[in-house]
Amino acid sequence: MIEVRDVTKLYGGKPVVDSVSVAIARNQITSFIGPNGAGKSTLLSMISRLADKDRGEIFINDREIGRYKSNELARTVSILKQTNHINIRLTIRDLVSFGRFPYSQGRLTKEDWRYVDEAIRYMELEDIENKYLDQLSGGQRQRAFIAMVLAQDTEYVLLDEPLNNLDMKHSVQIMKVLRRMVDELGKTVVFVLHDINFASCYSDYIVALKGGKIVREGPTADIIDTPVLREVYDMEIPIETIGGNRIGIYFS
Amino acid sequence: MKKRYLTAALIVLSVCSVFIGVKDISPLDLFSLTEQQIQILLVSRLPRLVSLIIAGTSMSIIGLIMQQLTRNKFVSPTTAGTMDSARLGVLVALMLFTSAAPLLKMAVAFVFALAGTIVFMKILDKIKFKDAIFIPLVGLMFGNIISSITTFFAYKNNLIQNISSWLQGDFSIVMKGRYEMLYLSIPLMVIAYLYANRFTVAGMGEDFSKNLGLNYRQVVNIGLILVAAVSSVVLLTIGTIPFLGLIIPNIVSIYRGDNLKNNLSHTALLGAVFVIACDILGRVIIYPYEIPIGLTVGVIGSGIFLYLLMRSRAYAS
Repeated sequence: MIEVRDVTKLYGGKPVVDSVSVAIARNQITSFIGPNGAGKSTLLSMISRLADKDRGEIFINDREIGRYKSNELARTVSILKQTNHINIRLTIRDLVSFGRFPYSQGRLTKEDWRYVDEAIRYMELEDIENKYLDQLSGGQRQRAFIAMVLAQDTEYVLLDEPLNNLDMKHSVQIMKVLRRMVDELGKTVVFVLHDINFASCYSDYIVALKGGKIVREGPTADIIDTPVLREVYDMEIPIETIGGNRIGIYFS
Repeated sequence: MKKRYLTAALIVLSVCSVFIGVKDISPLDLFSLTEQQIQILLVSRLPRLVSLIIAGTSMSIIGLIMQQLTRNKFVSPTTAGTMDSARLGVLVALMLFTSAAPLLKMAVAFVFALAGTIVFMKILDKIKFKDAIFIPLVGLMFGNIISSITTFFAYKNNLIQNISSWLQGDFSIVMKGRYEMLYLSIPLMVIAYLYANRFTVAGMGEDFSKNLGLNYRQVVNIGLILVAAVSSVVLLTIGTIPFLGLIIPNIVSIYRGDNLKNNLSHTALLGAVFVIACDILGRVIIYPYEIPIGLTVGVIGSGIFLYLLMRSRAYAS
């Protein structure tokens, strides 16, 4: 379990995350939603120690993240930020093999390669595993990065806007894979999403933030609700149930 | 390009390099060498070959490391102020300790090169506009500022001739007893090899490295120390060899990718082959006189550099 206790992050004296406490349950998909500047990404970065927190504590499996060795933490939590800035020429296979870095420091054993092969197969990248990242489409590249995180084999997988720059088909494909990772492999997935309907269709639990504070949190059905969303986004979003999913009609 | 072609080219060129020169020594003489010929081989020809290989290899590798750490294909010791800072260091050493021992000069040059490179990295952090061509331009400007400081103080202290001798890379000055400091590069290359995987991960950025549990700052610092150390060693023994650390890693990257584990040995081999070829060219073109390597590499290298620039532009659009 991930437990965030009273965590604050200041930028230039102003809190962007303001005494937030939240518990993230295992073996579920939890999504952080909220308007721009709500502090979602910052919170995710602090949980994955990419950003330092100014106050508060974060426990992962009952241990404060500051008390993990960096290698150990890299075997427990992985994070994928928006990845459009990497312009290094690596093949998919090379990239995925770096997911084993926390275990092998780059000298991969047979066991490590087994994880690499498995991750590539799971993301259906076998046919293009020797292609360079700069030859891939956005969706393929995102899948390659997720394969790397899979090879990293962490209990917790955090993703910061994994659907950024992806078209509908690839977005759905990525979400389905994440869902399978939770249902089949027992992972715990946390992501930041902009589109409340993707959050509604694929997550078990939603945390809504605004102005650095948690406004509401609860099971998906409780949050995807017109009065709650009005509080979060300051807009009227009617909810329809389509095919068993609660869909917000926010286009007009 | 296969590794064995590169190796073959290296061997052929090495043999050529040993037997080209004003004093005629042919491979057939090997078994009946005169006293004088042995002298020439041991004092001049072989040291020259060894220094060509070491300098070519190590300059290419540190170029590769710099490009990886800055995540920019056009950053190298000559386009990031490293070489200029090292030269300022040499000047300072000459001014403070009039007849400084080579090792002391090297130490001072190293400190300056390191400081200069760190300053450049700090500037990089501040720049928001991370264009592939803009960044090396900033590096060149930064290098030129340092360079003008060097020139100013060199004029004031009548050291301009000493300093300009480090401007042009030149292998004709290599002789037994004057180049051995170059051997210091070898252990540095071993470290580079051991850190290859970490450099590759660091090349994917700080967040990425942290996710994989890599101590990013430490790896970057080790990389910068390697860069500064090799730069100052090569500067003091050979001089500046422009473009080398820039074009070799770029050519290798095109056909081998950026995983250091796959491309380090290619970079090393190609660097050595390129430098020996340029050196031979410089020695035969106005035979029996010589053109310094700084010039031959400069001319050929700038041509290749232009090509790479055009290519990256076409690629980006």
